[in-house]
Amino acid sequence: MNSQQIYYIFDLCKSPNLSLSLSFITMAKQHARWSPYDNNGGTCVAIAGADYCVIAADTRMSTGYSILSRDYSKICKLADKCMMASSGFQADVRALQKVLAARHLIYQHQHNKQMSCPAMGQLLSNTLYYKRFFPYYAFNVLGGLDNEGKGCVFTYDAVGSYERVGYSSQGSGSTLIMPFLDNQLKSPSPLLLPAQDAVTPLSESEAVDLVKTCFASATERDIYTGDRLEIVILNADGVRREEMELRKD
Amino acid sequence: MNLVDSNQAQNNLMVSEAASERTLYPYVTGTSVIGIKYKDGILMAADMGGSYGSTLRYKSVERLKSIGKHSLLGASGEISDFQEILRNLDELILYDNMWDDGNSMGPKEVHNYLTRMMYNRRNKFNPLWNSLVLGGVKNGQKYLGTVNMIGVHFEDDHVATGFGNHLARPILRDEWHANLSFEDGVKLLEKCMRVLLYRDRSAINKLQIAKITEEGVTISQPYALKTFWNFAAFQNPTVGAEGSW
Amino acid sequence: MSKAAVDVPMKGGFSFDLCRRNEMLVKKGLQSPSFLKTGTTIVGLIFQDGVILGADTRATEGPIVADKNCEKIHFMAPNIYCCGAGTAADTEAVTDMVSSQLQLHRYHTDRESRVVTALTLLKSHLFSYQGHVSAALVLGGVDVTGPHLHTIYPHGSTDTLPFATMGSGSLAAMSVFESKYREGLTRDEGVKLVTEAICSGIFNDLGSGSNVDVCVITKGQTEYLRNHQLPNPRTYINERGYSFPKKTEVLLTRITPLKQMVEVTEAGDAMEE
Repeated sequence: MNSQQIYYIFDLCKSPNLSLSLSFITMAKQHARWSPYDNNGGTCVAIAGADYCVIAADTRMSTGYSILSRDYSKICKLADKCMMASSGFQADVRALQKVLAARHLIYQHQHNKQMSCPAMGQLLSNTLYYKRFFPYYAFNVLGGLDNEGKGCVFTYDAVGSYERVGYSSQGSGSTLIMPFLDNQLKSPSPLLLPAQDAVTPLSESEAVDLVKTCFASATERDIYTGDRLEIVILNADGVRREEMELRKD
Repeated sequence: MNLVDSNQAQNNLMVSEAASERTLYPYVTGTSVIGIKYKDGILMAADMGGSYGSTLRYKSVERLKSIGKHSLLGASGEISDFQEILRNLDELILYDNMWDDGNSMGPKEVHNYLTRMMYNRRNKFNPLWNSLVLGGVKNGQKYLGTVNMIGVHFEDDHVATGFGNHLARPILRDEWHANLSFEDGVKLLEKCMRVLLYRDRSAINKLQIAKITEEGVTISQPYALKTFWNFAAFQNPTVGAEGSW
Repeated sequence: MSKAAVDVPMKGGFSFDLCRRNEMLVKKGLQSPSFLKTGTTIVGLIFQDGVILGADTRATEGPIVADKNCEKIHFMAPNIYCCGAGTAADTEAVTDMVSSQLQLHRYHTDRESRVVTALTLLKSHLFSYQGHVSAALVLGGVDVTGPHLHTIYPHGSTDTLPFATMGSGSLAAMSVFESKYREGLTRDEGVKLVTEAICSGIFNDLGSGSNVDVCVITKGQTEYLRNHQLPNPRTYINERGYSFPKKTEVLLTRITPLKQMVEVTEAGDAMEE
């Protein structure tokens, strides 16, 4: 039963190819089937700096070739210094956000403080792996400030494998954005000893500009990315938000 | 030997029957629902057809219902599942009422409840085969949201289900604005419903429009839209391609 | 006799030689390569003096935009144009083939091509390939019998309509036509309505995007308005620009003189036998 369920994810990966622009005309008579998964698209980016962290995502929510909403925020505040941006299957993403919010509330009651970003990173991983055999179809990046006030970014797959990095991109436009970030922000190899800092050398405003360029470019070529860009900047002063219009086609 | 075989066959039959105690596909379905915000509240439209596959089986299905004091629910998809949802919501509203503390659930709470109900059922691989639109007004706040059979949900100024997503929302995105009067809102909805009537084969020309404001819910009597079929090219279609076949 | 049948050269059309091999490979789990699909919005309408066609300019390959400004309104004859949706190669090939047949027919007859001729050639070609040539077309033109607008589906069925839409954005575009089309539109009203329908496809359908192409065909005159509207400019350009300084690192430099290589060929004289 379980292994059958996982296959849905693979089916989902194939489904965009199958949707011929005319399929509604040529469709043979058959019973409506359903899949427990959908792909609602969207792209997320996070960049960590020495004393800041930038988290960004577009606000388009789509299914198939239709736009469901042009104004759906993919960024969720998990703790004071910790934000999560998620794309994938919206219903799973929301369930995940609710679980994390509930767990964080319990944590606050037990410890009388906010969870740190690395702790939330581990919690997210555990929460994702908990559903290893009926996964949350959610692709997340977690951004925030660690206990020293340094920017930190965690990047995940759908079943909880994660890594602390200097920058990351997830979602439908990640294949377009990630190589550009690699080129611009190449971080030291994680194999180096002693371990080197993964944070990027850019200033905060340069990082924000880079994010804007990334999304403007991804929107040109990825049909699931667009409408509006939401940028959240975390630094010692607190949280700041920026917005930018993207192509709406 | 034969006896054993037939027994086995029967067992298999029973197993497969037992395994299919869930909606594997819908039977009687309703088509699109459209909802919009307007100046004083929410407007919603749905036709009254109940399709059995491609057969128009029922012609007076009410798919717009009021929920509690502040909410209005519209449903497309499996009609029996919708009626079960209504039973669940009745209970929810009743229990909410029994606190007798002067509080009552608003549209936001009902919508959230619905999203959890739909998502829960999809997790059990036994979905409620509907797309729902929930609208309402409470404390001067307008609310309009939707949720589908696998739990995907969102809020917007205008929403539509099924074919409405393809045919009505393009019109709404062009013509909707926050200051719509009641009359203009109804006109906009009728425009959308007319396009759906022309192009959605399961849509029928008998619809209801519902309004919810701070004052409460009003659901219209069923009525029909005026249609136009007199384009010259429709009169004798073959004349346009004389010489071909 | 059977030998003779085998030896006869092919007359034309597609080669199906590899179909059986491909079928076998697919059974063994080969993923056949995907094609460039123009997830498209194309439309056409009849106005008071002729026909107006419209198209978006996005070509997609799965979720990726392959071409941001492609042309989907194809030339058939000076008085006939055809919008194509479906697999890009099919729409281009089928319109080009029929266009050439129409040209030859004009040489033979010394008369203007008729829309019904193009229609019949297209539909019989598509029908004979049973939907495997995935071209969905909107054909429009003005000939001696007046203005004509047709849609042609990949299996070869056709429609004669006062207004038509095709492609993945057909519903979005049709919602505009169904609520705003009327008979006897003027040229400007017609162009505006077509543009609006295409824009509806561009903004509501993810398979369609970028710019609006329009083609106005009237008696004795054709206006091809390439990029009639450009509603989607790039939203952000970083003023500082970007540099890409990291070249591949040079680890070793050695120059091999060409002369040496010439000597190597001279050594191979034995080959002359």
